[in-house]
Amino acid sequence: MSDAPILEVRNVSRSYRKGGFFGGTHFKAVDNVSFTLPAKPQVFSIVGESGSGKTTLARMVLRLVEPSEGDIRLLGRPLTGKEGRIDNLEFRRLVQPIFQNPFEAFSAYLPIEDYLRRTALNLKVARSVEEADRLADRALRSVNLSLERIRGKYIRQFSGGELQRISVARALIPQPKLIVADEPVSMVDASLRMSIVNLFRTIVEEQGVSFIYITHDLSTAYYLSDQVAIMNHGRVVESGVPTDILDNPSEAYTRELMAAIPTVGERWSELDAIDSTYPTHSSRQKTGLNQPPANA
Amino acid sequence: MISIDNVTVGYGTAGFITAVDGVSFTIGSNEIIGIAGESGSGKSTLMRALYGDFSTGLRIKSGTVTGRFTDAATGKAIEKPSSQFRDLWWDQISYIPQGSMSVLNPLMKIEKQVVDGLPKRERGGSRRELRARIAKFLAGFGLEENVLDAYPHQLSGGMRQRVLVAIAAFVNPRLILADEPTTALDVVVQKKILLMMVEIQRRLQNTLVLVSHDLGVHYQITDRLVIMYKGRIVEAGRTAEIFANPRHDYTRNLIASLPRLHGQRAVDRVGAGA
Repeated sequence: MSDAPILEVRNVSRSYRKGGFFGGTHFKAVDNVSFTLPAKPQVFSIVGESGSGKTTLARMVLRLVEPSEGDIRLLGRPLTGKEGRIDNLEFRRLVQPIFQNPFEAFSAYLPIEDYLRRTALNLKVARSVEEADRLADRALRSVNLSLERIRGKYIRQFSGGELQRISVARALIPQPKLIVADEPVSMVDASLRMSIVNLFRTIVEEQGVSFIYITHDLSTAYYLSDQVAIMNHGRVVESGVPTDILDNPSEAYTRELMAAIPTVGERWSELDAIDSTYPTHSSRQKTGLNQPPANA
Repeated sequence: MISIDNVTVGYGTAGFITAVDGVSFTIGSNEIIGIAGESGSGKSTLMRALYGDFSTGLRIKSGTVTGRFTDAATGKAIEKPSSQFRDLWWDQISYIPQGSMSVLNPLMKIEKQVVDGLPKRERGGSRRELRARIAKFLAGFGLEENVLDAYPHQLSGGMRQRVLVAIAAFVNPRLILADEPTTALDVVVQKKILLMMVEIQRRLQNTLVLVSHDLGVHYQITDRLVIMYKGRIVEAGRTAEIFANPRHDYTRNLIASLPRLHGQRAVDRVGAGA
């Protein structure tokens, strides 16, 4: 195995046009971002709120969107450009996605095992249906399911948590080097979230797959990742080992993100400051709540 | 304000699929009460039974949901079962349904959607006056007047959710029912909206019923908490007490499964980080 880093993202930007057909302006969804995933398998988290550019960044790594500037290298080879570009089939074997909503990621009209079989055949990691089923079964077993258990079922017969585990299995079929997971647990029940997050960790350790974990939730990122990058307005504002960053955040934005987590054990201080001296219902005016909340 | 007495709710006319199974509790005035549980635990069904929306095959098989309200104009007491709540909707009771994208009509501008929801007593005056009043009200939710001329898809998820909260609060309801109001939102926006909802509740001193699967949200803002599992209530009480001393195994597991900042990390759990 080579020692080339799994992924190098160098000074990558992506701009979009905004505004009218003529003379619209450009805005940078991702602005000069660089990071490296070393050869050693690990979880790299990208944390930010909606509009921070984290999904655009993920889509560039998945080659669904081309960078406007900068370049991305996978195992030392460029993702884009003419020279030495990794071809599509090889790319899809090396890098696999997991999306937020598994009910939208799979077709509702195919039995789920058919879907997994097609993945193996399309990626040409299996030459026959039998071989494809064997690969699917192996992948399913690593997420604590099996081909037997899912046979003949359609997506609506699974719970969100089960279906998301099947998406993880689907991604594992070609034995990729890197999985890009965009908000993989935000649709999953809180009580099941941790089982999926723990699964990622087991896959990293046992199968040597690296993860890019995109989320708005700092607490799972802290729990799961080896490195974390905080994004705001398209830029990485802070990055490093989670314990270093979150135990001692240097950026105001990081502190704001941390303070917004509804943690158990410490109540938001803003709750005490809310004014509760508004007149009661019996004296309400007929025109409705005339004064809207100040806490907007 | 509402008594739920041994109520069993489910779906279907030919057969009957039970979603809520023999549940009893009371909802008082001036409190924030949370309903927690995983998908399929019956929390949304219970919420719809509280709202009295029986339009899609939902049916109360046994037990009663009884509401007690005071008519704002006459001061008379109103007492009726939830199947007759319809004439209290958007007057005494507002509802913030799940999923702001699918709730707002995609073909209608926000202004019309707000106006459509208002009861007669709020619609007085000219159209322009009403619009000005709504705009002023929305401004308090961090929404500019041009939001009124937008279609839902032109707004972000957070803005749409604010619109829904604003519509629900505008009529000064005595009871606001909110079903997963912040689930699809990121944490920063979620916090703003939750604080906004707490402020509305404290100012109106009304009742907020909040359904969420996120126990952290319940810990932050609810006064009392009902934990549901497979259609039944497994635990109910003061929120602070439940978190300090969870009695049921299911509750203990739910609380233990929450990730914590500065807590244990997966890297430590798996071992030397390989």
